[in-house]
Amino acid sequence: MNVQSPPEKLKPADYASDQEVRWCPGCGDYAIVKGVQRTMAEMQADPAKTVFISGIGCAARFPYYMATYGFHTIHGRAPAIATGVKLTNPELDVWVIGGDGDMLSIGGNHTMHVVRRNIDLQVLLFNNEIYGLTKGQASPTSKVGTRSPSTPMGSVDAPVSACNFVLGCNGRFVARVVDTDQKLMPDVLIRAKAHKGTSFVEILQNCIVYNDGVYSGFTEKNNSADGQVKCEHGKPLIFGKDGNKGLRMKPGKMEIEVVTIGEDGVTEGDILVHDETNRPLAQLLSAMQPPHFPVAMGVIFCDPAATSYEEAVYEQIAKATEASPPGELNALLRRGRTWTVDG
Amino acid sequence: MATKLKPTGDSGRKEIDSVVIRFAGDSGDGMQLTGTQFTQSTALMGNDLATFPDFPAEIRAPAGTTYGVSAFQINFASFDIMTPGDQPDVLVAMNPAALKVHLRDLTLGGTVIVNVGAFSERNLQKAGYAANPLEDGTLEPYRAILIDISKLTLAAVEGMGVNQKEALRAKNLWTLGLLCWMYDRDRQTTIDWLNTRFAKQPDIAAANVAALNAGHAYGETAELPSEISTYIVPKADVAPGTYRAVTGTESAAWGLLVGAKKAGLKLFFGSYPITPASPLLHILSNLRQYGVVTFQAEDEISAVCSALGASYAGAIGITSSSGPGIALKTEAIGLAFIAELPLVIVNSQRGGPSTGLPTKTEQSDLYQAVFGRNADAPLPVVASCTPGDCFDTAIEAVRLAVKYMTPVMFLTDGYLANAAEPWLIPNVDDYAEFPVEFATKVEGFHPYLRDEKTLARGWAVPGTPGLEHRIGGIEKSYDTGNISYEPDNHHKMTKVRAQKVLNIADDIPLQTVSEGKDTGKLVVVGWGSTFGAIEQAVRRCRKAGLEVSHIHIRHIWPLPRNLGDLLAGFDKVLVPEMNNGQLVTLLRAQYLVPAEGLNQISGLPFKVSDLEREIRARLED
Repeated sequence: MNVQSPPEKLKPADYASDQEVRWCPGCGDYAIVKGVQRTMAEMQADPAKTVFISGIGCAARFPYYMATYGFHTIHGRAPAIATGVKLTNPELDVWVIGGDGDMLSIGGNHTMHVVRRNIDLQVLLFNNEIYGLTKGQASPTSKVGTRSPSTPMGSVDAPVSACNFVLGCNGRFVARVVDTDQKLMPDVLIRAKAHKGTSFVEILQNCIVYNDGVYSGFTEKNNSADGQVKCEHGKPLIFGKDGNKGLRMKPGKMEIEVVTIGEDGVTEGDILVHDETNRPLAQLLSAMQPPHFPVAMGVIFCDPAATSYEEAVYEQIAKATEASPPGELNALLRRGRTWTVDG
Repeated sequence: MATKLKPTGDSGRKEIDSVVIRFAGDSGDGMQLTGTQFTQSTALMGNDLATFPDFPAEIRAPAGTTYGVSAFQINFASFDIMTPGDQPDVLVAMNPAALKVHLRDLTLGGTVIVNVGAFSERNLQKAGYAANPLEDGTLEPYRAILIDISKLTLAAVEGMGVNQKEALRAKNLWTLGLLCWMYDRDRQTTIDWLNTRFAKQPDIAAANVAALNAGHAYGETAELPSEISTYIVPKADVAPGTYRAVTGTESAAWGLLVGAKKAGLKLFFGSYPITPASPLLHILSNLRQYGVVTFQAEDEISAVCSALGASYAGAIGITSSSGPGIALKTEAIGLAFIAELPLVIVNSQRGGPSTGLPTKTEQSDLYQAVFGRNADAPLPVVASCTPGDCFDTAIEAVRLAVKYMTPVMFLTDGYLANAAEPWLIPNVDDYAEFPVEFATKVEGFHPYLRDEKTLARGWAVPGTPGLEHRIGGIEKSYDTGNISYEPDNHHKMTKVRAQKVLNIADDIPLQTVSEGKDTGKLVVVGWGSTFGAIEQAVRRCRKAGLEVSHIHIRHIWPLPRNLGDLLAGFDKVLVPEMNNGQLVTLLRAQYLVPAEGLNQISGLPFKVSDLEREIRARLED
């Protein structure tokens, strides 16, 4: 099970543990674990220095299938536990795994704070818009009207957009990818790893049992080209099976519209060029919903800060040590007012 | 009141062996500061002392109200004392509300110093006085010293460049000056402190020093009633060595750091602000130069989880809170228990349940500590008994956590956290090291391989080549460390985890009897901060010829091996607790002894006299 002495070059299979994968047959999680293992191999990540921390839910079983260090914790708390791990040993490469219920419902608070602190972690949220492990209840990302055992007449609560939430928490790296898009996934994950600070990746994952086909309107072979737009920094936001659709700002409005190049006098020069450091643009792109808009994929936002949280913490420790060298513990106990009683 | 005049001065000082003074005023009057400074001077004078800060939950309750009254009591003596004193001999009342709340506690014939400057019609009304107590005979049974402290303070700082508000705020220092004169305390420590505290506002520093000196000078020159002598409390006869005044929070913080160093580990402290536990976060946050990492989390759950993550990564993870916060941490403590990772959870107990009495002390979280988790999840539980003892208990908590790979509950309370006592500063080198050896051996490794003796699993930290493994909250196979739902395996693992914790009883000192014989008619059994009151009550009773002993338990779980036999040697077992009966239940369940509870749930420490009365009653029938 363990990678004993890393050979010259590790293959994706070297990052797989010996444990039998126990997701439902056809679950999107299989694709994700494959994608992550491929990414690890592409980066030649050191398994000894790689840690996967998860909460509870189907997605949270993920660490058991990786031949790295892993900690399957409690519902919603993976970001908090990962914070302690990274703060203790900044050398470790820490990945946080959870689902939409885990990270946006019971653990929403921790997601908010890990993001705003900007600690150097990769947070992968597997969003299937449903509770899987507890057998199919509506989740905080379920669309209004979702029928489930707990919402037999359809859910009445509005969903949260994961990427918009993270951007609102001052997230500095926000990306999105579909579970089966094995071409884009490693690229996005490598970017996430390279980003210093909290990198948030929403992975749209199909739950074959409780919410099958929830994304099929824009993830199938025949509709993905028209249903998705890939965000690439410095490149025009062009999409569509004929490569002639694009996004542009509605003249005079803070609003995006879909246009067709060559129609109504629209030229390629009119199309928005993606700027991944532009937060308002990222908010607009993240919020795009089918069927009227393509769903934004790839690195939607990336604007690294000068220092990440754990760097700042250790800078303070270094500064404090320089200002007043620690000295003996006995001296610490005798600092301040003392008095001596003679024997 | 008699008003006969008498010259005063050092030559006329009356020697007394102990005194209890209570400073009481509005929460904005600076009573805690006055008390703390008086404590510092007293400690430097070589007296033994104990203090009891008692403040309202509101930061600034409406001025002048009874619920906004803040008090600080100090007991100091020329002998070994153990409690802040049952009743004050001297009460300083800075306003009518303070008089209203605290006068009933003053010993009959005791001294009350009243700031009459605050006794306006409006303030009397706010305090709920129908008539002015200064005029209606209320003070008859006491020796009253009536001084317009407000006015005298304003006069003392006039022309020093501070505004009226700042000037009036110095009246606590004026009062402190007067008390320093009465009890022959050195003012220099306070002057030094003021100059440091207000280094950037020299005007305010100077005004405060002027007020302090004016209060002192007033004592020297004013014509005070003859009964109001000045006093000398000679030095206490205590063990030789270097001392300091210490609160339980300070000694706990240092103990945790020393424990981490003895284990050879980084200290990670994850915490969320809560009364009365927050000062531990503050103190540790100032120890960054010792490599301490403190993390103010977004909530109690994140606080404990971050600490657990730190332990997983090879630090000693520590979290701290009070009862309601511990409740929130419970699920993560269960994870630490089943994942078998070290963790220290400090609980500065307060009055409860729920928000309860946040600034008052109680020891009502024993059940929570021992039993308060879902499923079978026993933890070692240790409790300190004095402010200084928090140091040793903290080291012990770290030792048990890392040696047995288990979360450990460390109980203090609001009283221990805030109260100060002189502390014979230990030599850190006298404490044994307990260096942690992380797992490194690849051959045959699995995460739940156990040490045969301690039953603790190996601690393999991320970053160790070849030991990559997965742990978590799901039950694991005893033999492989992989997920296991096997019925027999869960039974076995539950038993092993419980046995591991029970075995700690072989690794802790046998229970001693702190006062009295090992057998007899009555034993008083306590735990936590009731130590001083019980010890003193038992000593007094024994002096009076009563056959009573005192046992004080530090290791609440597992209990010391010999405790059952010890208890069986007494006819009666009395268990005083500041709760509705928790240790008493544990003792009855463990040993089938007819232990009887004595419960006080007032948010205040036991009085020695009350305990003495109860002990006598048990021995008379």
